[in-house]
Amino acid sequence: MSILDPNSDAKNKLKIASLVEAEEAFLAKARTNANSVYFSQHHIEPAKPVKGDSSKGVDPLQRPQNRRHFLASVAVLASSSVAGRAIAQTTTPPEGKAPPGAVWRSVPEDATKIPGTAIGEDGGYGTRSQFETEVRWRFGTKTPLSSWSMTPLEHGVGIITPSGLHFERDHGGIATIDPATHKVFVHGMVKQPKKFSMLDVKRFPSISRILFIECSGNGLTEWSKPTLKTVQGTHGLVSTSEWTGVPLSTILNEVGVKSGAKWLLVEGGDAAVMTRSIPIDKAMKDCFLAYGQNGEAIRPEQGYPLRLIAPGYEGNTHIKWVRRIELSDKPFMTREETSKYTDLLPSGKAVQFSLIMDAKSVITRPSGEMTLSGPGFYEITGLAWSGRGRIKRVDVSTDGGRTWKPAGLQGPILPICQTRFRFPWVWDGKEAILQSRCVDETGYVQPTLGQLIEVRGLNGPIGSIYHLNAIQSWKVDTEGRVSNVHYY
Amino acid sequence: MFTTTKLFLQVTACGALFALNTYAVGADPVRYGFGEPASAHDLQDFVSSLPDGRDLPAGSGTISRGKQVYDEKCASCHGQKMEGGVGDRLLGGRGTLVNNDPKKAPVKTVESYWPYATTLFDYIKRAMPFYTPGSLTNDEVYSVTGYILSEANILKGDEPITAESLAKVAMPNRDGFIPDHRPDHFKPADKHPRLR
Ligand code: HEC
Repeated sequence: MSILDPNSDAKNKLKIASLVEAEEAFLAKARTNANSVYFSQHHIEPAKPVKGDSSKGVDPLQRPQNRRHFLASVAVLASSSVAGRAIAQTTTPPEGKAPPGAVWRSVPEDATKIPGTAIGEDGGYGTRSQFETEVRWRFGTKTPLSSWSMTPLEHGVGIITPSGLHFERDHGGIATIDPATHKVFVHGMVKQPKKFSMLDVKRFPSISRILFIECSGNGLTEWSKPTLKTVQGTHGLVSTSEWTGVPLSTILNEVGVKSGAKWLLVEGGDAAVMTRSIPIDKAMKDCFLAYGQNGEAIRPEQGYPLRLIAPGYEGNTHIKWVRRIELSDKPFMTREETSKYTDLLPSGKAVQFSLIMDAKSVITRPSGEMTLSGPGFYEITGLAWSGRGRIKRVDVSTDGGRTWKPAGLQGPILPICQTRFRFPWVWDGKEAILQSRCVDETGYVQPTLGQLIEVRGLNGPIGSIYHLNAIQSWKVDTEGRVSNVHYY
Repeated sequence: MFTTTKLFLQVTACGALFALNTYAVGADPVRYGFGEPASAHDLQDFVSSLPDGRDLPAGSGTISRGKQVYDEKCASCHGQKMEGGVGDRLLGGRGTLVNNDPKKAPVKTVESYWPYATTLFDYIKRAMPFYTPGSLTNDEVYSVTGYILSEANILKGDEPITAESLAKVAMPNRDGFIPDHRPDHFKPADKHPRLR
């Protein structure tokens, strides 16, 4: 299944409708979970006052939070111990039903009065807390073998995406590959074709870089009207990990590049045998074959045991399960760089090899479907990233782009990496439109959707599909409810 | 012994270089000698294709054989008339690419959008049929490629379908692609934004 279906309007609507449906199913669950940023008060009894609580008239962050979703999650993070415990008790999952990635353990009344779980009981590999429920959710394509799942950005803190929450896009399922037998072949316009085992690959000097990967289809539902409700739906095809591996230049030097070689085909060993052509200059400059992600081996759905990292390029070029590299004088014109991942303009011409991801930012909290619990202080926070280098600045507007103020940037500010921004805000209870706009170190300014459409046109409900990097708008209504809107 | 020392010295020099630029992966003078030569035998089963037909495997097919292959192995997902199903629609859409209507989607198919016939061979060979990829012989792939192109009114006649013939096919949208001219430079944003 292609990311979009170009077949007909009816089909497009159908597919986008099923994406909306998938999100709604996810939201329905989240609204009943007090730990979720989407928790809805209608699903739970009002808070009983907690002993010693002085919630009235103090900083809203200090209040016990089992009734409002946005603040509820803030409370978990801020971990005011009273509020934290109140939540733990109201969200105890039913026996035996831990969320994915967690193990169910009974919750004592008072964890100071009874020993905890024995060390080693986890078999030596830890799991996340049973109270943490965020998951990627998948677009309900007709076949789950070609689909994608999105990162819950609204839960994220810092800049690293937990490996298990890193977005994925697979075209033929997730391959299972034994590293003991896996080989990478390098051939074509080289002096000595070679094959490398994983042991060979790991013997080379390695590098590590913290980099974002973004699918160029991120946000494709949002071209003509606000469609998905949450930031996970509108922006969840971007994630950041620390990747470790071997520079492609080292590998290419090992085989000896013949003069005249200009492109290389990188091929995956999955059932889609995914391929993309990469310019050799890019390969020599900063591409690498990664076997490590966030301090351990790459996850299967991220391409275990070996994935191409092409810093700043669209996600599809980061070929997973790499088994072969072929050098050539010309691009191979594979299906994924002709039929897909080309940006069709109203003129009928399509931009090809639009590889670099432009600068983009989004407010992750507060974001769509959260509710503010009343006027007062809120920290607006989000992420900014650029395929062309470092983020230089992020501005935040709370009046729909009429006025802008600089947000604080959390270090480290790394090139081609997500940068966390924060902006203190006192909500006066009136309607507000929240936006963020980033500038990268090349001086590129993130456009409004209107500006982007002026350049790319809007030829069909999902326009040119790929490379939507416009400013996102979240409307806060007088009730504090946050929703996805188009405002430019 | 001598070579080991030499390699060691080179590696040390190279290490100093790396230290200057954390991400430097530029010219790397060192050969580590890891890995083994790949033989022609090792590489014989890999398939890739260049638009001029280089790299495509030997073999040939016919349109009539291609119809059999299609009906048996493709129609269940792509439809009797290639109108699409679980798999993409493969035919139609010519004349829909020039389009400024936000309500109407352009129809991008093999017929209307794909610039090279070699890509069709390559993609079917590597990824189709979806549940049993890599199960078709090269002749079957040449055949079904030819059949799709003939249903698209791109190929006619009884000529055998081969690497050379696919390279010569003039796809309708062959000249439909332009290079990337980004980054765009955006004018200052509208000072009177509103809800849309
Ligand atoms: C089980 C269902 C199924 C069968 C059988 C199948 N396909 Fe597909 N086909 C798909 C799916 C799903 C995709 C999209 C894959 C993706 O997401 O990358 C696809 C994509 C394609 C495409 C790319 C279309 C485009 O516009 O990018 C072509 C060409 C194709 N198939 C040809 C064939 C041929 C030829 C056969 C028979 C030999 C075949 N398929 C059999 C499901 C199927």
